Amino acid sequence: MCAMMPTRSLSEVWSEAEIVRRSYPNSFSDQMVADIYGNVEQITNNVLTKQGSKRYLFDQKLDDLVTSKRFGYPLMLLLLVIVFWITMAGANVPSRLLASGLFAFQDQLTLWFQWIGTPSWVHGVLVLGVYRTLAWVIAVMLPPMAIFFPLFTLLEDSGYLPRIAFNLDHIFKKAKACGKQSLTMCMGFGCNAAGVTACRIIDSPRERLIAILTNSFVPCNGRFPTLIVVSSIFIGGAVAPYTGLVNALVISGLILLGIATTLLISWLLSLTILKGEPSSLVLELPSYRRPQLGSVIYRSILDRTLFVLRRAVLIAAPAGGVIWILGNIYIGQQSLLTSLGQALNPFGQLFGLDGFILMAFILGLAANEIVLPILLMSYLSTGYLQDFTSLEGLRSVLVSNGWTWLTAINMMLFSLLHWPCSTTLLTTYKETGSKKWVLLSFLIPTMTGLSVIFIFTQCVRFLGLV
Amino acid sequence: MNLSAKQKRSLWQDHFGITIAAGQYGVALAGNPNVGKSTIFNALTGLHQHTGNWPGKTVDNAQGGFQYQQKSFLMVDLPGTYSLLAHTVEEQIARDFLCFASPDVTVVVLDATCLERNLNLALQVFEITPNVIVCLNLMDEAQKKRLKIDVQSLERELGVPVVATAARQGEGLIELQEKILQVASGALPTNPRQILYSPEVEKAVEHLLPMVGSIANNTLSPRWLALRLLDGDRSFLDSLSSFLGVNSCWEGARCAQ
Repeated sequence: MCAMMPTRSLSEVWSEAEIVRRSYPNSFSDQMVADIYGNVEQITNNVLTKQGSKRYLFDQKLDDLVTSKRFGYPLMLLLLVIVFWITMAGANVPSRLLASGLFAFQDQLTLWFQWIGTPSWVHGVLVLGVYRTLAWVIAVMLPPMAIFFPLFTLLEDSGYLPRIAFNLDHIFKKAKACGKQSLTMCMGFGCNAAGVTACRIIDSPRERLIAILTNSFVPCNGRFPTLIVVSSIFIGGAVAPYTGLVNALVISGLILLGIATTLLISWLLSLTILKGEPSSLVLELPSYRRPQLGSVIYRSILDRTLFVLRRAVLIAAPAGGVIWILGNIYIGQQSLLTSLGQALNPFGQLFGLDGFILMAFILGLAANEIVLPILLMSYLSTGYLQDFTSLEGLRSVLVSNGWTWLTAINMMLFSLLHWPCSTTLLTTYKETGSKKWVLLSFLIPTMTGLSVIFIFTQCVRFLGLV
Repeated sequence: MNLSAKQKRSLWQDHFGITIAAGQYGVALAGNPNVGKSTIFNALTGLHQHTGNWPGKTVDNAQGGFQYQQKSFLMVDLPGTYSLLAHTVEEQIARDFLCFASPDVTVVVLDATCLERNLNLALQVFEITPNVIVCLNLMDEAQKKRLKIDVQSLERELGVPVVATAARQGEGLIELQEKILQVASGALPTNPRQILYSPEVEKAVEHLLPMVGSIANNTLSPRWLALRLLDGDRSFLDSLSSFLGVNSCWEGARCAQ
């Protein structure tokens, strides 16, 4: 009798229970949670009377719709496409206006510099380097941000976001992760560093780490412009009458790919280094509110748009100067920039990119916002862009540098799946307190991205499609 | 757990860092976050605890005594949780306290404006301990939202005393103290409603029941133990073996007989 020590008999019972658990196709925990709620509903129905609170009924009906099995997902997809459609269709014209205004001002600046009589290298660094890069960043990024962020804040304010988490909970659970991870991903759309910080809302340490490591699979605001511009030039532009819609679909597709990758990697992490079972989600669904238009605009423009723009400008300005210098220091016949690009080229070509693209992404470690401006600066460091007010002009620059549709797709894929920016890495360190997790948060998306574009490129080339 | 008063005092001291005087009743206060638990706690104990944030994650930070009818009570404010399924540290603390400290009375505070969500926790507490009082707080808010709750029916449904309060206005607190005394002294028997699970869960529980009785010396509800095992809840297993380890002397004593 004494041989049955408590701990031993405990572990015996545990393994017996495990057999019972395995014999049941579904999860007992889920069933139990559902049963508890069933009991609770029964009791509530017997004791609670609502005296015609119309507001309450409206919320209930809306929730039945947006979290229903049939309409939940299509509604989310529809909203996604609509948000990007409005963003891209709306950003087109202001982008063009901003570009033509800012570049016209560049000519004016050049005249002033000539009039003062500054040496040509000063003009080069400040005007052709710093100013031109800034002009690119602002023209390309500001309009989409100024439309996307208010739309996003509207969804946030209305109370729809927690419903997304609710809807997605069961697929995240299949990946053995937490449904709240989708909320951290929503934050990641704005900024991955903010997304990583938001992972604090996930209680289980295991699930929090999964969410942190995979957050950069949702494209942040710094990467949207790259995706939008490349898609507009090479894909949307090819189908003239429906350009806006096609672009919205392409970007939505990329986001879905990012989500799919997140789920896949979360699942793989749960099977390997972060083993464990998912926990049940208890999420308070706040009642719907009519968003206050004034505060939405104020918060989204000040806290988000200008914040992100400021960060981009601060990093892009010196980067623009450095790129111009690199492009104008010659060793022999070649500029330093060209040599660098050529050194990276064989590696880039292997993955269906080129040396300059790879260099732009490496420099983009400082901030993803500057990847596209750096790339254009690199291509243009010696030449001149004739017509920068239309996408056709951009397209001809890229095509003359050997771009094909394959390059464009790889560029978008790699933009979606590559290392997080330095701010995000720093935040990851702050949140996890461990260099190991920082390294993994760098390696996991990088290896994923490189594998995807390598396989894609080799397949396309093998089939002779390009 | 059926412990002697002395065993219980040392258990509270060793495991929870709470000093309970001889003859003092232990009262646990459980509930979802933001249901006015801290308001009730402060109103009864006269303390000003900011219990919204649970400092130090130990229970000894939020405890306070009160006297009622010449009886002495020690109230322990548990972290606000939505459930006791122990997915978070707070849930684990609350569960371990209810389970192993076995307070004389547990008051579950419910937000009357979202009864359905709050009852979830109450039913889970019922599975652990029979000595429960339900405190239906924020009744004033519920009235504003034109929600009508039939307290008598709720009492019948739940099988435990239900006290309607509006703690911010100080309404219903005397009645709450009265009920706490009655349940603690055993004058008011309770018979909390047990959750009825779906047949497959009940069948699995049935299968495990004969095995679990022995592992905790019948100090815990075997049904609840079986449910946690089905849950695959490792954290509970850890807590259990840690607490059983401490109490293994009784096990040894029992074996020796």
